[in-house]
Amino acid sequence: MATTDAGLVSDAHEQPGHGHSDHGHGDHDHPSYLAHHFDTPEQQFDSGKLGMWLFLVTEVLFFSGMFCAYAIFRAWRPEVFEGCSQFLNTKLGAINTGVLLFSSFTMAWGVRCAQKEQHKLLTVMLATTLSCATIFLGVKAIEYSHKWHLGLLPAGLFSYDPSNPHPVGGPNYLAYICAPFAIITAGVAVWLVVSFLRGAKFQFECAKPLLVVCLCFFVGVGLGTILESGGEEGHHEGDHAAVAAVEGEHGGAAEHGEEHSHEKEGEHAEEPAADAVVDLPAAGAMVNESADLAVIERLASDATNTGLQDELAARRAQSQQSAGGILYDVTDDTSATIASAPEDVLRPSRAGVFFSIYYCMTGIHAIHILAGIGVLVWLLVRSIRQDFNRNYFGPVDYVGLYWHIVDMIWIYLFPLMYLIR
Amino acid sequence: MSAGSVPSGYEVKDPGYPTSQENYLTNSKGILSWAFTLDHKRIGMMYLIGVSTAFLLGGLLALGIRLHLFAPDGILFNNGLFQWLAPDKAPNDIYNQVFTLHGAIMVFLFIIPSIPAALGNFLVPVMLGAKDVAFPRLNLSSFYLWVGGAVFFVMALLASGLDTGWTFYTPYSTTTDSSVILATTGAFILGFSSIFTGLNFIVTINTMRPPGMTWFRMPLFLWATYSTSIIQVLATPVLGITLLLLIAERTMHIGIFDPEYNGDPVTFQHFFWFYSHPAVYIMILPAFGIISELISVHSHKRIFGYRFIAYSSIAIALLSFIVWGHHMFTSGMSPITTIIFSALTFTVSVPSAIKVFNWVATMFKGSISLTTPMVYAIAFIFLFTIGGLTGLHLGTLATDMHLHDTYFVVAHFHYVMVGGTVVSFLGGVFHWWPKMVGKMYSEAGGLISAALVFIGFNLTFLPQFILGSRGMPRRYATYDPEFAPLHQMSTYGALILGVGLFVALFVLIMSLINGKKAPANPWGGATLEWNCTSPPPFYNFERAPVVGDPYEFGDIRWDTELDRYVKVEPEREVVPSETPAETPAHAGE
Repeated sequence: MATTDAGLVSDAHEQPGHGHSDHGHGDHDHPSYLAHHFDTPEQQFDSGKLGMWLFLVTEVLFFSGMFCAYAIFRAWRPEVFEGCSQFLNTKLGAINTGVLLFSSFTMAWGVRCAQKEQHKLLTVMLATTLSCATIFLGVKAIEYSHKWHLGLLPAGLFSYDPSNPHPVGGPNYLAYICAPFAIITAGVAVWLVVSFLRGAKFQFECAKPLLVVCLCFFVGVGLGTILESGGEEGHHEGDHAAVAAVEGEHGGAAEHGEEHSHEKEGEHAEEPAADAVVDLPAAGAMVNESADLAVIERLASDATNTGLQDELAARRAQSQQSAGGILYDVTDDTSATIASAPEDVLRPSRAGVFFSIYYCMTGIHAIHILAGIGVLVWLLVRSIRQDFNRNYFGPVDYVGLYWHIVDMIWIYLFPLMYLIR
Repeated sequence: MSAGSVPSGYEVKDPGYPTSQENYLTNSKGILSWAFTLDHKRIGMMYLIGVSTAFLLGGLLALGIRLHLFAPDGILFNNGLFQWLAPDKAPNDIYNQVFTLHGAIMVFLFIIPSIPAALGNFLVPVMLGAKDVAFPRLNLSSFYLWVGGAVFFVMALLASGLDTGWTFYTPYSTTTDSSVILATTGAFILGFSSIFTGLNFIVTINTMRPPGMTWFRMPLFLWATYSTSIIQVLATPVLGITLLLLIAERTMHIGIFDPEYNGDPVTFQHFFWFYSHPAVYIMILPAFGIISELISVHSHKRIFGYRFIAYSSIAIALLSFIVWGHHMFTSGMSPITTIIFSALTFTVSVPSAIKVFNWVATMFKGSISLTTPMVYAIAFIFLFTIGGLTGLHLGTLATDMHLHDTYFVVAHFHYVMVGGTVVSFLGGVFHWWPKMVGKMYSEAGGLISAALVFIGFNLTFLPQFILGSRGMPRRYATYDPEFAPLHQMSTYGALILGVGLFVALFVLIMSLINGKKAPANPWGGATLEWNCTSPPPFYNFERAPVVGDPYEFGDIRWDTELDRYVKVEPEREVVPSETPAETPAHAGE
């Protein structure tokens, strides 16, 4: 950076007569990359950079509203957040965090390449950044489609049924998400072939990395699928563990109103339990505490599930404290309230707000990833055209800043959403 | 750069009218040359036409409100005349839609973009001696976003109206069947338009000031614009996410604001006012900037307390972010929170009063020309003072309990928004109109419009203070007969105000038809925009302007022979303007 800035400064000093005096009509002594209303490349770069920083400020404030909502609702209903967080797959979140961090690294490297006029390497770096972005979206597609399938949706649409967590049938959300990407990939592939056959070298050079980028979306989908079903059984148990945990942590939620529970009861009646394991924690209306504990014991026997082992220990400690055979409730609630409490926590209006905030934040973040992909593709094409040099690398720098903030927002989202149990 | 070598820096006599060079209005022709222009002056003019149209629409709705309220039971929207608009609704629902759209259109489409986007776009680069704003394409996209937002508002109007009030409070906005989604989408888009304008001005003022123009040699209009832009950039994104969440609430029932899904409506109010309180300073701060210019130029006297006015703009911008709670004293905040918000609210009066005192001190012993812009500026000081002082009644907890949601609040914010912003906007338009179009308007016509606006405005809104303090609630379509005389006074005032505004429009349009050519400097101003021809050439300046003191009127004289202001060689010893520490700009303070 330092050397390049010095280069800019010296460049500015080389053109002392380049002031307002030649008010724009004489573009002859303006470099092609310098807009007419700027005097020096340095001024143009400073303007762009300040503008980008201000834009990032607005981005942070844009997200701050949702972080604020998150803080308010988590403060009000910590048990709902902690319980519902267990529906999120930490492995997928962690993979995505790593992918984005790596993409920020390649982006920063790309900025350096642009400054040092390493055109080939810049193209590679931008393509790598783009590939990471599409891998991220691929993994996200798996996460979203799985949750939609389960009915883990915002409050008004929430239809998760603990007694039947894996409803048969329903639309194949993953296919819907993948379809546009598949069409784009096919289009890029056709473009690649056509440009090769017609000998359009520049287009061929553009299509090559873009095809890799498109294919990386499906790499992401594959990666997500493997991690999601890597022991399909284990994952399903994870869901049930989440149910169990949510049911166990009704705590302070019990005193809230009951007016919505009828919606759930109707669903219970229709849907028979499909899965043998599900039977145990499923009793929405009357929880069998010992059966509940049995599930946790069974799940905790898996040595990798340390979180649940802690949970088990905590519950055992609680059950020793409580005299009347109530396993995990330490409040003074009546047994009737306890029986309905788990349903209270998983009621759409309660669990839904966690998923509302989850979808709002990750969804708008994903939209920012998509926008980032758009501008990165623009940069990629320009870098193949070798537009950037040591005096003009502003666009790479600005997009880099944008990409870092998108990465940074995810770095906040990941622990706040996935790691709060 | 070249300032040192040419100390005087000015021609002794300016050509007085556009030279042979084409100006920005004539250098290219055709609709497309306007539609795709990147020239800040053309974009500013398009904005001026756009916001004026919105003002006309919002003003007609306001007249509808006032006419309806002429009689206690209402005379306009409940007599079947308008029933076809919404056949399935109660008669007074139309009244609800009319006042909602009046508020929403005036706030989002007119007042917020009025001064910054229309006058600011035209003036900021010229006052800086720059060729354009830093991001011309962003500037144009800001205008088209404004158009897009306006289209959404019109769609909401045509679809099923909007009856939530301009504040979109939940839970009503999540349950009403009017076009909340269309209107909030419009406001969301307008928010981006506003952000782009603000971002552009911050960058322009930071990076494109010419050599010699230090921060404290900037015209005060630029300080005001800069402060406004800070608010636009920092507050508007919060409105964006709030409206986005409201749309999600209506479509997916996310349960953040909607109590039916365990959401919290007061959270919506906090989010909304976190933007919308700073937003009222987006509306009034640029007006302060205009008044600072107008008072100084038309008093032909250096602005008094330059630094105080500049700093108070920044202070108001910062304070505006920590007082939003005073809109919610009756919404159920904790007592300690209300006390803190009340105390913080009072602090805003300090920088505001500083400005008023400095303007009055500027006029003191000045040689005041009672031109149309100056009359508007004096009207502003009078009206804004009333508007500001009545704000203290509302910032006081005990009185606010009584006055909240009454006509007192309506009168207060109209005194600030109309008496403040709109009056200064009109003053600014009259002041810079010769520069913008190159034609002089009829001074007599301008003065008549100023008088009518002043009388009509006071007749409209002074009675509303009395109505409010006697308990007349806002937003009601009917009222007790005892309030009738005051309501009728208010309606008569609104009609006079409307006539005054139409006279202003007429005067300006007539100037295009038969106005005489405007000289470069019709008022004897010292800021850079008076150094270029009227209207300015495409790239603003024939030669690089030399930055002088924006409030040094000593070397600008009225030449009776030429019948215009000319720049004379200063009689005092010339101080090179490159050494700001020694210039009179600072010696005077």
